[in-house]
Amino acid sequence: MLAYLIRRLFAAAVMLVVIILVVFCIFFLVPKWAGVDIATSFVGKQADPAAVEAVRVKLGLGDPIFVQVWHFFKGIFAGRTYAAGGDVTHCAAPCFGYSFRSEQAVWPVLTDRFPVTLGLALGAAVLWLIFGVSAGVLSALKRGSLWDRSAMVVALSGVSLPIYFTGLLSLAIFSYGLGWIDGQYVPIGDSFTGWLGGMILPWVTLAFLYAAMYARITRATMLEILGEDYIRTARAKGLKEQVVIRKHAMRSTLTPILTMLGMDLGALIGGAILTETTFSLPGLGQAVLNGIKNQDLPIILGVTLITSLAVLIANLVVDVLYAVIDPRVRLA
Amino acid sequence: MTTQRTSGRRKQALAAAVGVAALLTTAACGGSNDNGGSKSGAPGFDAANNKVAQASEVKKGGELKFVTTQDADSWDTTRGYYGFMWDFSRYYSRQLLTYKTEPGAKGAEVTPDLATDAGQVSADGKTYTFKLRDGITWEDGKPITSQDIKYGIERSWAQDVLSGGPVYLQQMLDPKGTYKGPYKDKSKDHLGLKAIDTPDAKTIVFHLPTANSDFKQVLAMTSASPVRQDKDTKSKYGLHPFSSGPYKFQSYSPGKKLVLVRNTNWKASSDPVRKAYPDTISLAISSNQSDSDQRLINGDYDIDASQTGLGPQGRTIALKQHKANLDNPVSGFIRYAVFPQTVKPFDNIHCRKAVIYAADHVSLQTARGGPIAGGLIGTNMLPPSVPGSEGQKYDPYKIAGANKNGNATLAKQELKACGQPNGFKTTIAVRNNKQQEVATATSLQAALKKVGINADIYQYDGSQSAGIIGAPANVEKKKLGIIIMGWGPDFPSVQGYGIPLWSSKYILQSGNNNFAMIKDKSIDGLFDQYNATKATDQAKKTDIAKEINHKVSEGAYYLPFTFERLLNFRGSNVANIYTTDAYSGYYDFVNLGLKNPKK
Amino acid sequence: MTELSKTGAAVGEPTSASPAPTAFLEVRDLKVHFPTDDGLVKSVDGLSFKLEKGKTLGIVGESGSGKSVTSLGIMGLHTAGQYGKRKAQISGEIWLDGTELLTSNPDDVRKLRGRQMSMIFQDPLSALHPYYTIGQQIVEAYRIHHNVDKKTAKRRAIEMLDRVGIPQPDKRVDSYAHEFSGGMRQRAMIAMSLVNNPELLIADEPTTALDVTVQAQILDLIRDLQKEFGSAVIIITHDLGVVAELADDILVMYGGRCVERGPAEKVFYEPRHPYTWGLLGSMPRLDREQQDRLIPVKGSPPSLINVPSGCAFNPRCPYADVPKDNLTRTVRPELTEVGSQHWAACHMTQEQRERIWTEEIAPKL
Repeated sequence: MLAYLIRRLFAAAVMLVVIILVVFCIFFLVPKWAGVDIATSFVGKQADPAAVEAVRVKLGLGDPIFVQVWHFFKGIFAGRTYAAGGDVTHCAAPCFGYSFRSEQAVWPVLTDRFPVTLGLALGAAVLWLIFGVSAGVLSALKRGSLWDRSAMVVALSGVSLPIYFTGLLSLAIFSYGLGWIDGQYVPIGDSFTGWLGGMILPWVTLAFLYAAMYARITRATMLEILGEDYIRTARAKGLKEQVVIRKHAMRSTLTPILTMLGMDLGALIGGAILTETTFSLPGLGQAVLNGIKNQDLPIILGVTLITSLAVLIANLVVDVLYAVIDPRVRLA
Repeated sequence: MTTQRTSGRRKQALAAAVGVAALLTTAACGGSNDNGGSKSGAPGFDAANNKVAQASEVKKGGELKFVTTQDADSWDTTRGYYGFMWDFSRYYSRQLLTYKTEPGAKGAEVTPDLATDAGQVSADGKTYTFKLRDGITWEDGKPITSQDIKYGIERSWAQDVLSGGPVYLQQMLDPKGTYKGPYKDKSKDHLGLKAIDTPDAKTIVFHLPTANSDFKQVLAMTSASPVRQDKDTKSKYGLHPFSSGPYKFQSYSPGKKLVLVRNTNWKASSDPVRKAYPDTISLAISSNQSDSDQRLINGDYDIDASQTGLGPQGRTIALKQHKANLDNPVSGFIRYAVFPQTVKPFDNIHCRKAVIYAADHVSLQTARGGPIAGGLIGTNMLPPSVPGSEGQKYDPYKIAGANKNGNATLAKQELKACGQPNGFKTTIAVRNNKQQEVATATSLQAALKKVGINADIYQYDGSQSAGIIGAPANVEKKKLGIIIMGWGPDFPSVQGYGIPLWSSKYILQSGNNNFAMIKDKSIDGLFDQYNATKATDQAKKTDIAKEINHKVSEGAYYLPFTFERLLNFRGSNVANIYTTDAYSGYYDFVNLGLKNPKK
Repeated sequence: MTELSKTGAAVGEPTSASPAPTAFLEVRDLKVHFPTDDGLVKSVDGLSFKLEKGKTLGIVGESGSGKSVTSLGIMGLHTAGQYGKRKAQISGEIWLDGTELLTSNPDDVRKLRGRQMSMIFQDPLSALHPYYTIGQQIVEAYRIHHNVDKKTAKRRAIEMLDRVGIPQPDKRVDSYAHEFSGGMRQRAMIAMSLVNNPELLIADEPTTALDVTVQAQILDLIRDLQKEFGSAVIIITHDLGVVAELADDILVMYGGRCVERGPAEKVFYEPRHPYTWGLLGSMPRLDREQQDRLIPVKGSPPSLINVPSGCAFNPRCPYADVPKDNLTRTVRPELTEVGSQHWAACHMTQEQRERIWTEEIAPKL
């Protein structure tokens, strides 16, 4: 188990370096090949030649690409100083770049916004796991019943309705219409209940979409597992049916769900743009959206990296949990 | 506002989906909280358009809540270029001169702010002398000196550190660029700019190499604000500008929220302009326009800071149920198509006219959003908010009149005169991120086809404008015969609007805005004449503006689509509210107050 | 043998009034039908047999002949956990040690499972849970029926593993199924099914998934354990060779019914049903010097939805035309006694069958 863990960690570290390299190349090298001057896009609409030149010096865009990558790497561990035109900007470690658009280091932006997105993703995940998995199990156990059919119809609608539709609908009903929920984001540090109030609609909306997917997957997996020989063995032992389900069938059913959960959580951390936009949550998705609007490359780069990291970590956790659940994996 | 700064609008699909939500909301609102049209006595449609609404209702105190879908480009007075940032910056920054806090055209006139009076101008119009008022202070209580003003202006020269802001001051004071900015300034006090003298702390003198009748307009811009050297954090100044106005920064997190509180060291007696009614000014930055529109309508926010108008679904709800809260002013923007003369056959005026006549102007207006949300049909090239404008009265091609649905006969005549009786092929260049612009391109394409002009539509990344349509070589190479764009004035004058578009001196190899490649000595001459006019001779300035407009319009370089109109929502709790030409039809923020401060 | 006269009785004849059984396990007129969209699948259609403690019954037949369905029926596994599917229709009687299982409370039957009757499955890898150790699974089986702590149960598990011949059982108890070889897995499976000293052990194709050398070991183990525990054993197989040495009685199934039944030596040396002849012909035999070639039974197993009229075996039977009046294709043959404790269901006369067996079949085997 320990060897497995070390192997996975090592693979993750290598992957991270590769991701940084690839992302860096996408953002800095590809535009160069395409003949777009990155310095210009850093400066913005008023492409004053002096300003462009200053940015080029400040960011070291004139350096060869490997020197730039090296500086970026070094910045993560040792911090970095940008200097040009008599203006010195220090970006403390871990420096994931510096946004010259909003004049702030990228890392604090990420750490400021990450909890919002994490809270959104985790809260929604708890909801969708509870509702999706139990609905799926119930559907499987009552296959063909009215419950099963209606649950699957609801699940189908959940999967097919886009988040901005359900999100705006829920806002229109509960926030603007009935006025039950204020629906505005409040940092958890300011007021816990306020935070809950602001998160409940996003959670439910997001959970609706995912619960639907999880219900369908759980149902299908559960039905498949219930047909397994070892379930028959468990029954032949004289186990009560609920123990058969809980102890034997559920554990196997959880494996694919866990894999999905890891992927989904990872993806959500970087990809909750629609939900965050719909509900005006100041999370990473918003940061990257603003970054795109303002052509703020360092922010986009930073969020991309953090997202990749999140997916990586989520996968690592899933792999480890997978090994805990399924002893066969440990050998692989 | 040289470029359009509407925040990125949501996708079409979103808009469609939201329609349902809007309907639901409509139903929900209808029954619950809107008794008899205006729940809180909103003064009526267009009540604040060019006139003051609720002036008598204003009470001191409370929190005035702004909302915006996009943060300012920078809150640094030197770097900001967004129109709403300029409007908003008057809360925390003062200038020698500023715009009058009056509605409509009056609001575009300048009035003394830090200066005691409108200043002394030498006979040749090249020297301006101002005396500073008593009692003007920074947020720490220290007096604002003439050196602080000079330093603040000098910062514009440091484009390498402080990029983004307008550069009119350099162009008027140091057109050759001999000064390198305060950060590279070797002199001890970093006040080496020769064009400005500060004989004492209360006097400031400007020496212009050539006269410019709009100099005072430029001094009223935010970029002419004072900055104190010991508080200058260079590129990070925008995170916390040091206040010279009635409010100071309490907290700011970029892209999220800005809160201003009273600057207790500001003295009302020293400021003839600012009333400072609310105790707190907050600006929430929300990315979801439909949500922020809805909260604006519900009264959670008082006013939209970016002043780009309501989104489609917010508009629907507001027009239906809260019309009394809406104002529909004409903005300074003109939406148009422009014909680069370097691309054949647009070197021939008749071919240009053929396109103007062939176009269906009503259809173009509809593509822009119709008469309320889009604007009036544009008939010439001077925006209604700029002195000298004749609005739709001047219509050389009868665009809003007889030919409003296009005139194929005239178009074909012009094609014949151009030597292209069977029409020709060309390309329409349009930004891919502007839904309405793409719609106008499609409309134009359809209309042109009817007279035999076959136009391809070339969509490009809007953020790359400078290198694509702003590079004349590229325009020629790609044969972009028709470019769809929009433009608004940086300051309300023909110079503030038109010089980058029509002066041959402003043709650049990259970032060019004179797309038509107008090299007309008579137009250049008129601009020179305009600059040399005595600043106070408004009548002559207006005449010249008129003449420039006629020259440009009759040269058929442009096909104007619309004189853009805004549809802005006025919160029910806002008092002393009016639109001003100083900021292209935006509400004047600085003297807004609340009716009920406790709400 | 009263039950035999009832074999052909009409479906639905009340069973509650039948006399109490005399044997340890007695199955009477068992029918297991599955409704499907295509029709009613009559997997088992009137099967009766009995089995005493300490004896072994071999149920032999092709795939789809109803062997496994019978065993699952006895275990009560057709009713447990059949979620939403159309339920199996089961009728008849299954008496186990004086208790009728089909009319018993399902939870009472559950309590018998694993304790009084237990089962070994064909593929031990898929029949063992991949996520639990062998030990955990045996401990669980033990603790369902014994109120002991985990430690005691684990000791019992190790003891059982030792008994079934797993080396280093104290270590192997913590291994997972995938860490065992096929034979070891089946030993573990046997250990698990015997952990509660069941009186009835059903082994459903216990050696089919194993290679030949291991097969013999496992069969030896089952025999040894049966002697030791004195259980009744049912071995279900398609391979007569497997039961040749193990079974006291053999029951041959075809199309959901019993076609021949009797003591092992009778069925092997005096078979009285053409299908049994076919099975014997297709059985590899090590005890014969000359092994020309295997003679497979021609044709394919019958549809269980549209069972051929008359004798279900008639389409494949080379002697279908021997009886007169086309009897084979119109009337279903009843089981008739052909010798002491030996029954077969065939329209041919005793003499005809004896002649064909001795003259045509036996010499070729």
